[in-house]
Amino acid sequence: MIHVENKDLVIPGQILADDEYYSGRGTFKENGKICSSLLGRVSLRNKKIRVIPLKSKYVPKKGDVVIGKIKDVRFSMWDVDINSPYSGILPAFEVFGREKKELNKVYDVGDVLFLRVVDVDEIKKAKLGLKGRGMGKFKGGIIVDIAPTKVPRLIGKKGSMINMIKDKTKCKIVVGQNGLVWVKGNEDMEQLTREIIHLIEAEAHTSGLTNKIKNKLYLAIDGELPPEEVEETEEEFVLEKPKLQNFKEELEQEEKEAEEKAAEEESEESEESEEENEKKEKPDIGEVIEEFKRKNKSKDGLSYGDNSNNSFILNNK
Amino acid sequence: MSDIIRDDGRKFDELRPIKIEAGVLERADGSAYLEVGGNKILVAVYGPRESYIRRLLEPNTGVIRCRYNMAPFSVDDRKRPGPDRRSSEISKITADALRPALMLENYPRSMIDIYIEVIEAEGGTRCAGITAASVALVDAGIPMKDIVVGCAAGKVYDEIVLDLSEKEDKEGQADVPIAMMPRTGEITLLQSDGDLTEEEFAKAIDLAMEGCRKVNEIQKEALMKKYSIE
Amino acid sequence: MEIVPEITRRSIENLVGNDKREDGRALDEYRDISIETNVISKAEGSARVKIGGTQVIVGIKPQLGSPFPDTPDLGVLMTNCEMLPMADPTFEPGPPSEDSIELARVVDRGIRESELVELDKLCVEEGKHVWMLFIDLHIIDNCGNLFDACELAVMAALKTTKLPVATIVDEEVVISEDETFDLPINNELALCTFVKIGDKMVIDPTLSEESVASARLNVGVTKDGHICSMQKGGKEPLTKDDILFAVNLAVTKTKELVEHL
Repeated sequence: MIHVENKDLVIPGQILADDEYYSGRGTFKENGKICSSLLGRVSLRNKKIRVIPLKSKYVPKKGDVVIGKIKDVRFSMWDVDINSPYSGILPAFEVFGREKKELNKVYDVGDVLFLRVVDVDEIKKAKLGLKGRGMGKFKGGIIVDIAPTKVPRLIGKKGSMINMIKDKTKCKIVVGQNGLVWVKGNEDMEQLTREIIHLIEAEAHTSGLTNKIKNKLYLAIDGELPPEEVEETEEEFVLEKPKLQNFKEELEQEEKEAEEKAAEEESEESEESEEENEKKEKPDIGEVIEEFKRKNKSKDGLSYGDNSNNSFILNNK
Repeated sequence: MSDIIRDDGRKFDELRPIKIEAGVLERADGSAYLEVGGNKILVAVYGPRESYIRRLLEPNTGVIRCRYNMAPFSVDDRKRPGPDRRSSEISKITADALRPALMLENYPRSMIDIYIEVIEAEGGTRCAGITAASVALVDAGIPMKDIVVGCAAGKVYDEIVLDLSEKEDKEGQADVPIAMMPRTGEITLLQSDGDLTEEEFAKAIDLAMEGCRKVNEIQKEALMKKYSIE
Repeated sequence: MEIVPEITRRSIENLVGNDKREDGRALDEYRDISIETNVISKAEGSARVKIGGTQVIVGIKPQLGSPFPDTPDLGVLMTNCEMLPMADPTFEPGPPSEDSIELARVVDRGIRESELVELDKLCVEEGKHVWMLFIDLHIIDNCGNLFDACELAVMAALKTTKLPVATIVDEEVVISEDETFDLPINNELALCTFVKIGDKMVIDPTLSEESVASARLNVGVTKDGHICSMQKGGKEPLTKDDILFAVNLAVTKTKELVEHL
């Protein structure tokens, strides 16, 4: 016996099915009934019921790529805010190896970095590292924050959404699984991209979103609609974790950037370019991809408050 | 008893007009606004988040902290701002009422803050606060077993009635506020003050539970309205 | 205190340098403003004001009390502000913070110094009984520029405040149960808040603009163009030109703001 359909909006405590179904993430079993524990949408596959949350905070997981902000510099590590109930640390040896350097000359409070979660301990504190292409400090650009649960929708199937935005705005975009997005390009394009990203976040659950976004982008940039309608790929509700291609693509993009960055930095301080060189030796894309494959199988949603329309009424009349 | 008509024209088992809206604040992780009768309640939820008050945290689960506060202008005679003994007690029992429904094992050592602001009070603010707080918790994406809901019954002019107004509360003989998890019918808050026979108490609790179920439908509608596809 | 990412700071500074803002406004443009009055039936005056995502509620409650000895025939205004922890993840429960007290005092100063409330009409019996008006500000959502939202809310609430008629009968104060009178108000006032970003003065700052600003200036102006309160805040100095620019713009903007009342 099942009481809901795929993609139905459900709320905590709502009875979803009897126990001939399997209780997946976002659900719990009680007295032979499977109930939702979250505000979210039902994902029904075979006989397994899950609830994908509309909102939830980011909880760090080993292998995730995140965008973090340095909030403190300590003797042998940086404290990093990763937009989560749990903070991250970036140990000095993840950056320098055994070399001794002054930490705040490399990354200082307020710097924003692209990082990888190397490990998560029993109290969920995340150990962060920079192994992976394009990881390190962002220079310029803007940070956009969205609900971490909306990250897969922003990327789209095989990166369709994010690539379209990148192509049209000529912005570089890096998406962290913790809901922070870095965008760099022309000043006006950065602001347009911010708007577009928030639009995707607000309308993640609606159908035909890719075309809608495409039209909006073309209108804003060219002043006219795109020449031909793109075929309507059924990609609504790609609420799961992005497929590995997205990240591979993301990393490839980052690779180019890292090279540019390295080139830039070589002409700047020698200290930083050393760091870049070190980075180039380390990346192991195969390992990263394997990691994602494994993680694709089990993954929790995450989030952040977003309330666009708030029109509560408070009038006596 | 079923044909009595109360001061404000309600039947014995009738709630005051009630309205709930989810997600009304920008900054909070979750929020809700509730009006019932002359009560106006606003709730914000922050978290799960890090807390500097280490001693309150637990290694295996997230914890909640609740602050019930009345605006100085919410009552007839201006109330001095800040907590008093009454609001401290309500804060505590509200947290106790909500806690059984929360599933915070995935958020060890984290804190959820629930801020209940009574903008205007007209009897039954503690139940209204709990009802609104649950909606705000759901709105914040907090995992829960059920949506806790509060409602009171009481005795006014020797009749057991539902959802006492401020006037009935003042003139009445007893007030029994409860909170429950509607799916299982388990009770998470119970207070009683005044004079009741055993039989009257049983009647009051049945009536209050029935009231809770009605209010729960409005909680659900508020959430569905906020988040269903247009 | 939230740490502002360096790249956010730079991007906002660059935008403002090019006369642009994150939300597409001009540097001298306010966000959408909405005002509702009489939102709380138990308060004698009340209002809810929104400027963009910022939301404040104010309630005004009168109480009979003794006048100050040096002004025996004048009523008393008391402004209090609670920056509720609900409004911002960095606001903490507890007694009003320095920021909250500054906010209340700056808002109060404009009302007081413009003398727009006719305090002499709040005297019930000289030297003995006057009306004290408690103006309580409740900050419920902080998306930047609380100052202007609070001043507008207080102004809107004062304009709609009704007080019970009090008379002296046999040396005792009798407060009428049904007879009220409108709080006598003879002017209108608004506060215009600017922050300095780079070398520009920006009106109605958002939260992120506030966080990267070097200094702040509040200018309280009546609708007939009299400057009646000012406050400079923030870590860095302002130039005289910055201040004169802000004052000049505030006089124009106030006329727009009081239109909402």
